[in-house]
Amino acid sequence: MWFQIKIKSSLCPVYPGDHLIYKDYRGEADKDAVSIFYEMVTALSGDQPPVVMSHKDLNFIHVRQGGLYWVASTKTDASPFTIIEFLNRLAALTKDYCGSLCEKSVRMNFALIYELLDEMVDYGYIQTTSTDILKNFIQTEAVTSKPFSLFDLSNVGLFGAETQQSKVAPSAAATRPIMSHRSEQGGKNEIFVDVVERISVVIGSNGVLMKADVEGEIRVKCYLPTCSEMRIGLNEEFSIGKSQLRGYGMAVRVDECSFHQAVKLDEFDTYRILKVCPSQGEQTLMQYQLSDELPCAPPFRLFPTVEKDYGNRLLIFLKLRCDLPPKSTALNVSVTVPVPKSSLSLSQELSSPDQTADLQLKNKAILWSIPRFPGGAQLSALFKVEVPGLSSASLLEVGPVSMSFELPKHTCTGLQIRFLRLSPTHPGLSQRWVRYVTHSDSYTIRI
Amino acid sequence: MTQGLDVSSLFMEMVKASATVDIVQKKLVYLYMVTYAGHKPDLALLAINTLRKDCADPNPMVRGLALRNMCNLRMPGITEYIQQPILSGLRDKASYVRRVAVLGCAKMHSLQPNTEIDPSVVNELYALLRDPDPVVMVNCLRALEEILRDEGGVVINKPIAHHLLNRLKDLDSWAQSEVLRLLLRYCPRSDDELFDILSLLDGFLSSAHAPVMAATLRLFLHLAAAHPAVQADALSRARGPLLAVCGSASRELRFAGLSHVQQVLRSQPAQYCSHYKRFFCSYSEPGYIRLRKMEILVELVNDENVVLILEELKSYCTDVSTDLAQAAIAAIGRIGRTYTEKCLDILTGLLALKQEHITSAVVQTFRDLVWFCPQSTGPVCKAVEGCDETPQDDEGKQALLWLLGAHGELISSAPYLLEGFIDGLKVEISSAVKMELLTSTLKLFLSRPAETQDMLGRLLHYCIEDEADMNVRDRAGLYYRLLQSGPDRTRQILLGPNSDPSMTVLTGRPEEPVSVWASSFNTLGSLCGTGAGPENLPAEDSAHQVHAAEEAELGFGPAEQNLNTEPEEPLSDAAAAELDLTAGPPISHEAFERLWLDLQVVHQQVLEVRRPPEPPETLQAAFLLVKIQTLAFSRADAALWKAYVYSRAGGTLLLAELLQGAPEEPESEGMLLVSIKQQPENQSAVRNFISVLKRVLQTLSSNTS
Repeated sequence: MWFQIKIKSSLCPVYPGDHLIYKDYRGEADKDAVSIFYEMVTALSGDQPPVVMSHKDLNFIHVRQGGLYWVASTKTDASPFTIIEFLNRLAALTKDYCGSLCEKSVRMNFALIYELLDEMVDYGYIQTTSTDILKNFIQTEAVTSKPFSLFDLSNVGLFGAETQQSKVAPSAAATRPIMSHRSEQGGKNEIFVDVVERISVVIGSNGVLMKADVEGEIRVKCYLPTCSEMRIGLNEEFSIGKSQLRGYGMAVRVDECSFHQAVKLDEFDTYRILKVCPSQGEQTLMQYQLSDELPCAPPFRLFPTVEKDYGNRLLIFLKLRCDLPPKSTALNVSVTVPVPKSSLSLSQELSSPDQTADLQLKNKAILWSIPRFPGGAQLSALFKVEVPGLSSASLLEVGPVSMSFELPKHTCTGLQIRFLRLSPTHPGLSQRWVRYVTHSDSYTIRI
Repeated sequence: MTQGLDVSSLFMEMVKASATVDIVQKKLVYLYMVTYAGHKPDLALLAINTLRKDCADPNPMVRGLALRNMCNLRMPGITEYIQQPILSGLRDKASYVRRVAVLGCAKMHSLQPNTEIDPSVVNELYALLRDPDPVVMVNCLRALEEILRDEGGVVINKPIAHHLLNRLKDLDSWAQSEVLRLLLRYCPRSDDELFDILSLLDGFLSSAHAPVMAATLRLFLHLAAAHPAVQADALSRARGPLLAVCGSASRELRFAGLSHVQQVLRSQPAQYCSHYKRFFCSYSEPGYIRLRKMEILVELVNDENVVLILEELKSYCTDVSTDLAQAAIAAIGRIGRTYTEKCLDILTGLLALKQEHITSAVVQTFRDLVWFCPQSTGPVCKAVEGCDETPQDDEGKQALLWLLGAHGELISSAPYLLEGFIDGLKVEISSAVKMELLTSTLKLFLSRPAETQDMLGRLLHYCIEDEADMNVRDRAGLYYRLLQSGPDRTRQILLGPNSDPSMTVLTGRPEEPVSVWASSFNTLGSLCGTGAGPENLPAEDSAHQVHAAEEAELGFGPAEQNLNTEPEEPLSDAAAAELDLTAGPPISHEAFERLWLDLQVVHQQVLEVRRPPEPPETLQAAFLLVKIQTLAFSRADAALWKAYVYSRAGGTLLLAELLQGAPEEPESEGMLLVSIKQQPENQSAVRNFISVLKRVLQTLSSNTS
């Protein structure tokens, strides 16, 4: 299996010469391979080109990350899993080394990325993608652009005093290059352990939960220059599969679970402890899935009323309840309500001024966004949509409602990290952070 | 340079700059040189000296870097300079340099493709397979594979295969999947060895890395080709990881996972049925993933989940994207071939939306449904009549016309609809629509002559006199002459018997053996294909059917000819002796279908036996013991269970249909109803056949009770 790599900007429009990084490992591809790919992408009318495209005997495989196309081309019939996984890994490594993944950071760090590509792949064959090995070879320093952020200001304690806020890592803390410890200022010895869950839910029109899946992972992002063994303790009542229940309390159960190959599991069975020597950069230590059974109620409940008003007006009244515990909060909640194709305009009544709602004519949907939604609260909105030629059949076109949101400090499975120990204990400098977040992968409520 | 500017004029300065000690600068200079060496070969030769000096640098990183870039200079005449550094690189004490040197051998070979392969290099590479560094080992395999491509690649014999298997654990996931791919070439000598290998690979099957899991599964399927049970076991254990890939955060990986699930479904549809919810679409997914998911959902339908799947598909029908909406409607139509009633309700409801693209897709689905499930004709015609929106695209128009022509007698407004089309004929662009219009008007004329005669005349006149398209004109001429030969003759030709499509629905999609798709598993091909099965094809339009019927009459299947040439045994003998059933050459589906349609039922009776609950394989084997051959069974869970069997006795061929739960025979109450057709007729053979059949079924039932 061999290929060449291109990273292209996907910010429209794509120009043939608009490739950021291009490396030809084999010298076999045509000079105009980039423009062939460009033509194929632009010739397609659909929303996104298919993952694999072929032109004569040349196959293009691409992934999209950070608004960029990461393209590999090969002439052999290679394993699609390998190429896709490699491109993802390349993007992840670029993010690790450059701090963030966007066109600007790739442009600024092109020398570093070429260096990475040179060490990762030789003659089209993957040599290594491990950060531990690569860090010995990578010499270039990452250049970062630091956006001005109010978070930085709020973190400065009054007269140098330790405020409560400085105990919380700013959200931008984990988006910096892993190699920056060489430079003087930003060299904090930090380690982040993130529990990230993606929830996908379908709720039927009668309010019954029809589908609920959770895909979760434990990610470690490590800025420690030297690795020492880390012990991560999970909930003791954590169980895998249906049969295996432990303890008498609220069991934290997942259906399936897989681990990174570097994770040592000798204490997992009895104490639910993961042992690992984290290498620099980001790694996924554990992945797990839970389907069909949520230990708690789904986070949002919708009570919709759709009716025909006089004339050509459609009334949509939505009552949305957040069933999270009162101390948690959902952020960036957006609710999308498809409306009839012929809808023209919208007037709305929302319950607070920080919410917004507008009619997106392109998607024929109302987008209602709520920046903060505290647990236990209930919000309502009334939308009046002007639909010429409204008939009772048009009501069928309203729905299903889809939502996206993030729930910080919350996991749907209830998975918690009991402790995080580095042994041997690192000299005081190291800081450990544990973060939880649940994203909505797909949250659909039928009307 | 990276932005596409040509900066090759700076080459001379770059050559000078390469003599630096700063590694970062060196790397960038080398990158520059490799890019432009092809343009300036003469200047690049000047850089060789620096590169060769770096190859002897005490720092292994510098040595490796220089060697790698020297091999990457693609220009004529370079080989004489790089040969020596490569050979010394192969024996370098730093594994980093050895890795580079091994691949350097392959690069050198590609620079001079027509020269003899140096056997000493090949031997050295084979020896380096024992290198302690795993990457060097894998690179050796890669290099050998390229150098020996003309001889069929690297040789995987028993010691090498076992060596690779034992080292597998030390490799990283990329190398693992590559080695697993190469091991496809090895075939174990004995079953013992095979199972040893399989148990060694067992752990990799549930690997968290999708590439490793997929490569292992492919190797399993390949090695265990002779052991279907092992294959099935491997597939069921890879189900968890494969489902995890389908839900992975990376969309592209998700797509690859879905495509592979689709392949597995070709052999084992039942395995994923209970996981159907995993294939519900999420609104944020791109179209290509959602289309795949719909295709998969259609395959997963069974009695338990059909309601939920249909409800889910129904919610996609109003999607903003017309492609997705139409695909969802087509998916409902395909489910409708088994669960007709539920789907007809949904489809009819969609017509009320009065949206062009939805109406068009629904009408097309109706056409296919009527063709595959004749029992749905009534409700479909009612729905078409109630729909006042006509589709505007060519495909939709053709479908509507076909329905009007084929079942015009059930749609009271059919002549008016057709008249509308005929009035708009001058502005119609598509010749396919015009052809369809001709055919359906003629068909409607045959069933409702009084209302249609006038418009048919106008249509034929226009098409023969004013039409520019040659095909349409010829078709109109053909129909005109056909009508001249009289309505009976026209009816005979135009409405002649068609093949019975319900047969293909009945047999369902046969579960293909794993070997059909195993070779394309984990290759790019599996992502490009749409997994088109026989049922994805749209029903042929009426013109095709006419042709098919004509062709069927001309071309006799080989099995059929066999039948006719079979020596007729003297009946007296046969009548005297018991008419023993004999097994003959198998009859193809097509031949059976044709015979079944041509022949009359000679005997029909209710057997006092229930359907034995055995799986179809057991039934088939039991039937075969008494020389009754089986053509097709419906699925065990079907409400209307059917089986088609056949046998030969005393020079006659017996075809039989076993039916359970026939609606027209309510008093049978789960008893099997058997209908027999025969060619040539022979009553005693039928009696004998029935007694044998009854005996078998009774034995089977008593065994289980």
